[in-house]
Parts: sequence; C-alpha cells; structure tokens
Amino acid sequence: MTRDEILAALRRHLNAIVPGEGDELALDDDIRDELDLDSMDFLKLVQGLHEDLGVDIPETDYGKLDTLEAFVGYLSR
Amino acid sequence: MSSYRDAIRSALRQLMQEDERVFLMGEDVGNYGGAYAVSKGLLEEFGPERIRDTPLAESGFVGAGIGAALGGMRPIVEVMTVNFSLLALDQVVNNAATMRHMSGGQFEVPLVVRMATGGGKQIAAQHSHSLENWFAHVPGIKCLAPATVQDARDMVLQAVADPDPVFVFEHQLLYGMTGELDEEAAPADPWRAIVRRPGEDVTLIGWAGTLGKCLEAAEALAKEGVEAEVVDLRCLRPIDFPTLAASVTKTHRAVIVDEGWKTGGLAGELMAGLMERVFYELDGPIRRVCTAEVPIPYAKHMEDHALPTVERVVAAAKESLRG
Amino acid sequence: MVEAAAGEQLFTMPSLGADMEAGRLVAWKVGVGDAVKRGDIVAEVETEKGLIEVEVFADGVVRELLVEPGAKVPVGTALARIGGAAESGAAAGGEAETDGAGAGGAARVDVAYAPAAAPGSAPGEAIGEPVESVGETAYGAAPGKTKLDGAPSTPAARREAREKQLDVGGVRGSGSHGRVGLEDVRGAEGDAGGARVASAAATGARGEGSAAEAGRVRATPVARRRAEERGVDLGAVEGSGRDGVILLADVEKAPVGVTGPAKTKAASPAEAMRAAIGAAMARSKREIPHYYLTHTIDLGAAMSWLEARNADRPPTERVVPAALLVKATALALKKVPELNAWWTGSAAPPKAEVNVGVAISLRGGGLVAPAIPGTDQLGLDALMAAMSDVVERARRGALRASEMGSATVTVTSLGDRGVESVIPVIIPPQVAIVGFGTPSERPWVVDGEVVPRTLVTASVAGDHRVTDGHHGARLLARIEKLLQKPEKLDS
Repeated sequence: MTRDEILAALRRHLNAIVPGEGDELALDDDIRDELDLDSMDFLKLVQGLHEDLGVDIPETDYGKLDTLEAFVGYLSR
Repeated sequence: MSSYRDAIRSALRQLMQEDERVFLMGEDVGNYGGAYAVSKGLLEEFGPERIRDTPLAESGFVGAGIGAALGGMRPIVEVMTVNFSLLALDQVVNNAATMRHMSGGQFEVPLVVRMATGGGKQIAAQHSHSLENWFAHVPGIKCLAPATVQDARDMVLQAVADPDPVFVFEHQLLYGMTGELDEEAAPADPWRAIVRRPGEDVTLIGWAGTLGKCLEAAEALAKEGVEAEVVDLRCLRPIDFPTLAASVTKTHRAVIVDEGWKTGGLAGELMAGLMERVFYELDGPIRRVCTAEVPIPYAKHMEDHALPTVERVVAAAKESLRG
Repeated sequence: MVEAAAGEQLFTMPSLGADMEAGRLVAWKVGVGDAVKRGDIVAEVETEKGLIEVEVFADGVVRELLVEPGAKVPVGTALARIGGAAESGAAAGGEAETDGAGAGGAARVDVAYAPAAAPGSAPGEAIGEPVESVGETAYGAAPGKTKLDGAPSTPAARREAREKQLDVGGVRGSGSHGRVGLEDVRGAEGDAGGARVASAAATGARGEGSAAEAGRVRATPVARRRAEERGVDLGAVEGSGRDGVILLADVEKAPVGVTGPAKTKAASPAEAMRAAIGAAMARSKREIPHYYLTHTIDLGAAMSWLEARNADRPPTERVVPAALLVKATALALKKVPELNAWWTGSAAPPKAEVNVGVAISLRGGGLVAPAIPGTDQLGLDALMAAMSDVVERARRGALRASEMGSATVTVTSLGDRGVESVIPVIIPPQVAIVGFGTPSERPWVVDGEVVPRTLVTASVAGDHRVTDGHHGARLLARIEKLLQKPEKLDS
C-alpha cells in the first residue's frame, strides 16, 4: 500500500463524513479538530478504512492517529 | 291596524277612485271577492265593468290585460297563484316584456299582474310553489314582493304608476298579517331594498314570506349575542345590489333565505351578484336557506319541514360566523 | 374538513416537535394504489429541523394523495387517505367493481345529498338541511341513480345506509325494479365489507377541494384583503374559523408587520433551524424552572470493560463509550420514571417507554435530538447500530417523523470537544435532560489512595414543576451505579 493510496483512501472516507473538507485537510492538521469529528465519526473513518484497506486499527491506537501524516505512518508499518 | 289584504284593497280602491283607466280582472275577483278575499266588496263599489270575473284561462286574460294596457288602460290582473301563471308565461315573456323594446319605444305596457305565491297553507304542490325567479329572470318586466302591510299598499300603487309591466308577488301566508298602515302616506320607493333591523355580525336577506323568518331568527340570534342585520329585498327585479352590498360590507357575512328552490333560484343569483361586487369583503361563503327540492308536500309535517324554517336560518347564520 | 371514511385512515402532517406548526411536503415516496404497511416511509417533509422522512402508521392501500409536493401545510393537515386492506374487497375482482359502484353511488348519494356526510364539499348543504337530503334524492336523483348506479333506493334505505356506513349501491334490492328498501339495508348490514366503502369514495370526492387548497393559507377574502392592508403575514396568523380558516377577526387581532416563518425560512435553512432552536430553548428557559445537578462518575470499570469488548472485534462491531452512557441513562430512568415524562400543561405523567433523544450537532450549525425508541430494551450492539444510524441520517437530512417527536428524555454529550461538564437546557415537553462531559483521566481517591482514573462529569437538568433535585440526584447516582457493572448494560 503506497502513501498515495493511503492518503486517497483517507480523504475519500473523510469526504464521506464531512463532504468536501477531506480534500482541504493539510497533512499535519489535527483531523478531529479541523473537521470537528466526534467519536462516532472517527469510528466511521476507522470502519471505512477497515472495509476498504483491510486494516484493523485497535481502539487503543485511536489516540495516536491525530493527523493524516500519523495515519500514513501507522498504516505504512 | 290593518291586514296585508286590507292594505292591497285600500290601494286598489284608491287607484280606482283616482284613475278611471284602472280596472281589476281575474278569476273570482268579482262575485267571490277574490280567492284570498282581497277584492271583497269592490264589485259592489265599482261595478262589473271595473271588477271583472274572467274564465279559467290565464293566457287569455293576461293577454287581454296586455292589450288593454297597450290601448291606454291601467289594467290590474289578478292571477290566483303563481303556479297558474305559467299558463300565461308566453304572454308575459313574449309580449308584455318585449313590446317596448321591439317597438323601438313606441309602445308601452303599463300592466300590473298580482298573484299569490308561496306555501305553508297545506294546499299542496300545485298551489304552493314560489316561482318568482321565473319572472325575475326576464328583462322588460319588474317584480315586487311586499313583506309588510305598508309595502303591500305602496307597491300596488307604485306598480300601477309604473309605465312598464310590474308583477306583484303576494305571499299567501301574509294576507291575514296585520300591521300599521298609513293610507295617506306617499308610497315609498318600491325598487330599493330596506334594512329592517340593523346589526353588525351577519346579514340576513329575505323578502315577502321569508322576511318574517329572518326577523325571528335575528331575535333568536340576539339572545345568543349575535347581531344580525335583516335586509328586506322587496324588489326582485331589478335587484338593489348597492343596498345588499353595503350591508355585507358592514357584516362580511350573509345568509339568503329564499322560499324558492335552491337550484337555479334567486338566492343563487343574489350570491353571485354579491360575490361579483363585494367578494373581498366576505369573511366566509355566503349561505342560503331554501325550500327542499321537492314539490311542496301536502302533509303538514312534511310541508313544514320542506319550507325554510327559523331554526335553519339561525343555524346558517351561526355557521357563517365560523367562516 | 377532510375526514376519514369508514375503513380509512388519514395520513396527516405529523408534529415533529412541540414547536412545529407546519411542514412542507417535499416528495411522495408512494403513489395512489400502493400498498403500505406500518413503518413504511411514505413522504419527505421539510421542517425547520431539516428534511424528515415520514412513516405511515397504518397498514393499507394509498387511496388518495391530498397534498401536492411543495405545499406547506399546518401540522395535522390530512396528506393522504390510507384505505384499510381489509375493506378493499375480499377478491381483487370484486374490489374494482365495488369501488366503481362506490364511487358512483357515493358521489351521488353521500356527497351530493347527504349534508352530514359532506361538510366540505357543499357549504350550503352542510348547514343542516336534512329536508333537502331526503328530498333531492327522493325526487331529483332517483331516476339518474337507476340508470347510473344500478338500482334505485328509498330515502329511508339511504338514510339507514348512511348511518351504518354502507354503500347502498352495493345492497341487493328486493323491491320492484330492484329498489333497495329499508329492510334490504338492514339485512345487508351483516354482510362482508364489500359494500362498506361508500364513504371512502364519498370522502374522496369531497376531498378534492381540500387537496387544491392545502398548499395555500386558507383565509377568507376579506381576511386576505385586510391582511394586505395592515401588512399582516397570513402565514403567521392562526385561523379560528372552521378547519382553521383565517377570519377577518383573526387578522385584526394579529400584530402588525408580523412576518411568518415562511419569510424567515426563505433566508436560509440554517437560519430557520437556528430560529426553531431558539424558539424551543427560549420557551424552555421562559417556562421551565430548571434545577441543575452534577455528579462525577468513575468510568474506570466501564472503559476497561468496553476496551476489552472492542479489542477482539473489527471496527464495524465496536461500541463507543457514548452508547454505554446512553444505555445507563435509559436504565436509570426506569428507576426514576418521574424524569421520563412529558409536561402536559398541568402534570407530567411518566411515560411507559424510554425513548432517549440523542443530541446530534449538525455540520454547518444546528442541533437535532432524534429519539431511539425503547432505548432501555436495546443491547449495546443494537443501541450502537441505532445511534450510528440516526447520526448518519441526521447529518444527511433523512430523519423520520417518528424519531423527531417521540423522545421522552434527552442525552447530550459534548465530550468530544473536551468540555468538563454540560449544564443542559430541557427540550419541551420533556422534563429532564442528562449531560455528559469528556471522560478523562483525573486523580481520584480509591481506598484512601489517590489514583488516576477515567472520570466523567454527568449532569442533569430537571423541571421543578415535576420533580425536585432529589429525583435528579437519584438518577445520577443510579447512572453511576450502573456504570460500575458495565456488563449488565449489554442486555
């Protein structure tokens, strides 16, 4: 999975939650703050990535995933 | 106090005394004194030349009246009831009503036709209908419907004074009604509607036989705090819409009480005329209380039920308050 | 004006909240002739709270759509007629035949000549002229009926049929030329429902006027004229006449220059929603004597349990802490039912069911609190599914009518943005609202030791007309207790 694929998937799922705004997000923006996501939204993002990319992000790791960059780093491992 | 019957007789007598050209003819007006005893005693007073009994032939004697009027006389024709007048409709519509127009104003027909109308006396369908609207439909004639004793006199006087054919519809239940009669008074303008009782909340429009019901209904409504204005239409053709419109402009509501049938009747014409003039004053649909669409039944309870009642007028007025 | 006939139900503009006065029908999801069952989405309605999908509460067949899309109508306005499936005839073939006869017969018998049955179609007939109803049919319409509807009938038979809501055209006549007499109608009463559709067709016919009118404000001519003269917006005037028609007096009473919700609405939906929220909250603050309580709850046990529960599940099956809080609140309310109620103007009898309204903030502003029916009955997975469903639909503008007006209490959780606690405002006619701040790790004393614990500050606002602080305190204590045994919340 390339960095671009991950970013594309992230933006796609964010756009589904907050139409249009996933594209605007900078790599180091705080996703929750910038897009005003609540825990339900964040879970939805995780669910989307799970279905799309087959990755399983445990709940205990949610806290680390605050930016797009963090997601890319986490998912590239 | 005089009766409606006396008032008409008073007018007939005055007319015959004042004008030699006036004469009365009709079925049983002479020896019998009139089917409703209006002309009782006139034969003795004026003789058979001026109080003329006719055969049972409405077309014939109404036609004779038209001829007499064309010839310069002032005939008053009594038709026993409006039901029988249909036999004379051809004379009325095709001759009396058209002559002035077809002659380019050269001829006039100063004919007066009086007839009894309405139900309520248990004399069954062929004697109880209200067909005034048939006549009020026709341009070239005028139609009056006295509801008070004074109007009974005044309207007959004014009818004879008019140069055109005038039809006077006398409600048969009113002949015995008594009221004030000023036999010396100058006759009132018969062509205007009159507010008989002022009110603010709803206009009740009646004439002849239904005016009394409107006044009674207004009385009942007043007890419930509803002030009805009662307008006596008086003249059925031409209709005095300005007076009606002024009342409805004040009250914004109207109930028309017409003893005729609803379909194709005068009440519908009044509604339409008001709608054309004061639609933007209406605070709800105009209501009408009419006679049931049946030939008037003979049986008393059924006849009572078929004719407009005070209760129905009250109900309609209250309904109108709710838009 | 529009009334349901026998075997019919009217589908009306629902009230999607105490402050809702009117809604705009955006689209029909069904057509005439479609079979519907309870719970089906039949229409989309736009309110100040956004676009709502509206369900039907009856099984049956859509007989008639009374309101055109685009029309804004007051709450309670009939939108459609739903005929009962049972009434539409035992056999399909029979249905068409019966309906046809019913339509013909009804239009002639029940609508045109039965004042009591036709208040809307013929004002003149409706003012109590029983004579005409008998007379016209007896003499005027009988010949026509013979030809058009099959069999003549006697006035007494028709009257009896009306009273028993039978279609006289569907009754076999025993008289000469098949004339239906009184005895025939009485005999037919026990028969299967085939004949019993007369009024359905009749009301269908009489509904035409209302269908045409439904999209506009009903005001009398003079009321309209006066409103224009005075600069009164008729949309903001309540009609006191029959069926809510606006009369002259209503306009005279209305404040000058009042602009209706329609104008506010035209500005923008967000502004309209803000106005609606403002109205509801202003009413709440004006009318409801709130008391407020807060209580710090140790969430340690609950969080650990939930973490463990989520750990071996894929993301799609995970449950967020908010679901636990909502469930605990719902169960606690069963013990303090006084707080699960609607204020009716003089009292607030407790509701049997607990429908927790979940406060959801909308992107671009605004707030809705759709109900989750029977919240206390749901297991955590079901509750989680229900919550994510309403959140998703709330943000998409696809909430349902039944969700908008049925909450018996509200839970608001502002925890995601880090607030410590929330002092909430009750949503009328509810009498309590429960709030949760952010669960966060704070020092806590356990067994004489200061230890780090995940804590949440729960709060409640209660209506002092209904309960006292003691009730609220019991509720919060109960929530705390339930959260100490989280496994018991999952059932």
